[in-house]
Amino acid sequence: MTIDMSQFFQVFFDETEELLAEMEKLLLAIDLAAPDAEDLNAIFRAAHSIKGGAGTFGITDLTDITHVLETLLDLIRKGEMALTAEHVDAFLEAKDILKMQLDGHRLHTPVDAEAVAAVRHRLEALSHASHEAYLAHLEQQQEEAASASNPVLAEGARRFRIDLPAVPPKDVAALAAELGLLGTLIAGTADNGNTVFMLDTTEDADAIVAICSFVMEPSDLTITEQTDAARKSVVAKVAVAAASAAATSTKKDPGYGFFEPMNEQQLAGSPVLAERDAAEQSARENAQGYGFFAPFVPLTPATSITHDTSEHSIDPEPVAAVGSNPPGEDKRNVSRRDAEKISQNSESSSIRVSIEKVDQLINLVGELVITQAMIEQRTDALDPMLHERLLNSVGQLTRNTRDLQEAVMSIRMMPMDYVFSRFPRMVRDLAGKLGKKVEFVTIGAATELDKGLIERIVDPLTHLVRNSIDHGIEMPSQRMAAGKTEAGRLLLSANHQGGNIVIEVSDDGGGLSRDRILIKAHEQGLAVDDSMADADVWQLIFAPGFSTADVVTDISGRGVGMDVVKRNITAMGGAVDIRSSRGFGTTISISLPLTLAILDGMSVRVGEEIYILPLGYVVESLQPAPVDIKEISGQGTVIKVRGDYLPLIPLYQMFGITPQHTDPSVGIVVILESEGRKAALFIDDLVGQQQVVVKNLESNYRKVAGISGATILGDGGVALIIDVAALLRTSQQLAGEIVFSS
Amino acid sequence: MFDSTQTKNSDAMSSMTGAKSGGEIAGNEFLAFTLGREEYGIDILKVQEIRGYEQVTRIANAPDFVKGVVNLRGIIVPIVDMRIKFNLGEPTYDQFTVVIILNIGGRIMGMVVDSVSDVITLKEEQVKPAPEMGTAFNTDYLIGLGTLDERMLILIDIDKLMSSAEMGLIEKIVA
Repeated sequence: MTIDMSQFFQVFFDETEELLAEMEKLLLAIDLAAPDAEDLNAIFRAAHSIKGGAGTFGITDLTDITHVLETLLDLIRKGEMALTAEHVDAFLEAKDILKMQLDGHRLHTPVDAEAVAAVRHRLEALSHASHEAYLAHLEQQQEEAASASNPVLAEGARRFRIDLPAVPPKDVAALAAELGLLGTLIAGTADNGNTVFMLDTTEDADAIVAICSFVMEPSDLTITEQTDAARKSVVAKVAVAAASAAATSTKKDPGYGFFEPMNEQQLAGSPVLAERDAAEQSARENAQGYGFFAPFVPLTPATSITHDTSEHSIDPEPVAAVGSNPPGEDKRNVSRRDAEKISQNSESSSIRVSIEKVDQLINLVGELVITQAMIEQRTDALDPMLHERLLNSVGQLTRNTRDLQEAVMSIRMMPMDYVFSRFPRMVRDLAGKLGKKVEFVTIGAATELDKGLIERIVDPLTHLVRNSIDHGIEMPSQRMAAGKTEAGRLLLSANHQGGNIVIEVSDDGGGLSRDRILIKAHEQGLAVDDSMADADVWQLIFAPGFSTADVVTDISGRGVGMDVVKRNITAMGGAVDIRSSRGFGTTISISLPLTLAILDGMSVRVGEEIYILPLGYVVESLQPAPVDIKEISGQGTVIKVRGDYLPLIPLYQMFGITPQHTDPSVGIVVILESEGRKAALFIDDLVGQQQVVVKNLESNYRKVAGISGATILGDGGVALIIDVAALLRTSQQLAGEIVFSS
Repeated sequence: MFDSTQTKNSDAMSSMTGAKSGGEIAGNEFLAFTLGREEYGIDILKVQEIRGYEQVTRIANAPDFVKGVVNLRGIIVPIVDMRIKFNLGEPTYDQFTVVIILNIGGRIMGMVVDSVSDVITLKEEQVKPAPEMGTAFNTDYLIGLGTLDERMLILIDIDKLMSSAEMGLIEKIVA
């Protein structure tokens, strides 16, 4: 039996994408001055999970980057390196690269190998350079604190503190002479009167033990390496022990005894053991991510070793080991345990279900609602006195069905946070690029919207946010001059209003310039006059090719943005509204239906047939006077509506229906607007306005020109939904551009 | 939802497996229906259910044999009239008009026929290759001619027919 790997791949891709998004969110939220340990751990875990997953699937390019990333993150989360803005930038860049690589694997999009290498180098450089800088910094502090007699540590040398037991002075002198050959030696006296040597040497601890063993038992000797980490605090030591684990040879790591308890007997009963246990305990806790800081353990016992055999030596460079070695197996286990714990938690609160299953459920419930409506209709005719109990039950059924429908619909709902969370990064990058200061605020990220819509709202919102930063918010100097705060405020909000969700992009920038828009509109030959209402003027910016930007930048200003925004939103059955005040800012408000599956429609009748017009496209409906209907030879008919001549589209001709009326002045025309074009649709009659459940026509049939879908009416029959945008496009092609201004 | 079909399918399936092991019944089961004066058969496994004809919603600018779409328990299903497509008999719609709901590769569609008679089992030797002439169908869409006593069934490869460009029910995916 073969296992279909592709399904696992899909899960991996999904998860990785979520992890990347999570990582970015955390990175953006991080406070450089005082990074939250838990956040750092979370970022690290995300990187580690991606690496683990990628490794499992043999996606090596992802593992490469995550490995370097993880290494650097590890240093930072352990406090061995200070987090700087440079790091955050590098991490964000790495995240982008990972996303690109992920897409490369999933969607087979091209991957920029140079960018990958560049980021890798950047991370590596950071992990080395800044680590060294940090060490140097510590070094310097150490030097300052140290007595003047301490010589400067030679390049590559390490400093050992050698605590001698009580030995005759001549032995001390001989020892000093011998040790002096290894490097620079300073002799001193400890509190208890015994001799203490400070030795700077390039040799390792073994060599010292070997020399000392001539005159004393090695077990009586205490050698402490004065490494940077050791000087700093024991915390680093313990954390390093946990993380570097098997990577750093356990032989060199006996002091902690966590991974390979050696010489247990010798150590048993000694006070060191207790200390070791404490260290072990804290190391475990550390590894499990409970706490960032291990409980304080006195320096000497935890980091020094009572030497009994020459096998024992002191961990020479624990920090460097972490920096350059891949994490060992033990650490993986620990992290996996960690990850399992997390996934257990999240598994208990959510499950992954395919959208198909959900849609099927929604479909079935939709059916139930129609059936229930039919029952209700039929029982209406019954005598309420005779059938009281039946009618009561039907009433109950009605309520239950409504609740059920609502509950099922909510499955498809996703919080707006899904969209909002991608903006902080964009705002940050854009503001940085433009040299502006922007304070980004979101409100109502928990507001829920249909998954289908939420994915389609991203692009329009991105346009609007870009526009706000590029054109709306002024440069800091301009803002100061205008008496505003230096940093502009960009507000992204979402809230429910009735059956709609209203999403607003609001800035406190310069606002729209009425004059400039009007001048530009004149230049572009749009139908404008100076007495237009503000709201109508603002709508002009949605005209195709319209841009008031003086300079076309790579961010915006080409004039292709706003009309696309408007078109996308109209296609979703929504509407865009602009409020702007000169000098005080602009608010662009998008109103969307809660779900794509339900549409506000106007049902119209032509002949015997009922069609649905999406309400979003409908401007008005009217019965034209005979005098307003003009024939244009070879171009069809136009009707005059308040000074504008609009092309008349007789629906009966488009769809080949036998109509009730062929004279527009007897029937009804509905003025439709899409993509800035208006047209008058000639129909027989308006039937009503209702919410309809949109059904796909293409799942069992083919695409039909002029029809965007179908719906089921209350009587169980099918009505087709007219694709207004397509209808206007085709009619325009037939009739040419015949929108005149009088 | 598809209770009746599933029972039917599993019956057919079990009889087929039974046929192989027992050797008593060999071959496939076909649903026999009439168009005009001719009797046709289609693979029963493609049939989801059989319904009466109900009012359809016309689709604008569709070929005349595509009657329109109906609501089949929340699914929009196109209905084609074979009598119009192949000029067989008079397309009348009354309480006896039958719609065979087909499931062709996951796509649901309805086919209007004059009547449905029964389900018959044909052994392999009962299926003869189709002659080059004699039916309204292109022989590409025929499996062959089935004989059962005095009856002759024109066996249609309904999969091929409904997916064909000629019917235009399914948009060909451009590879």
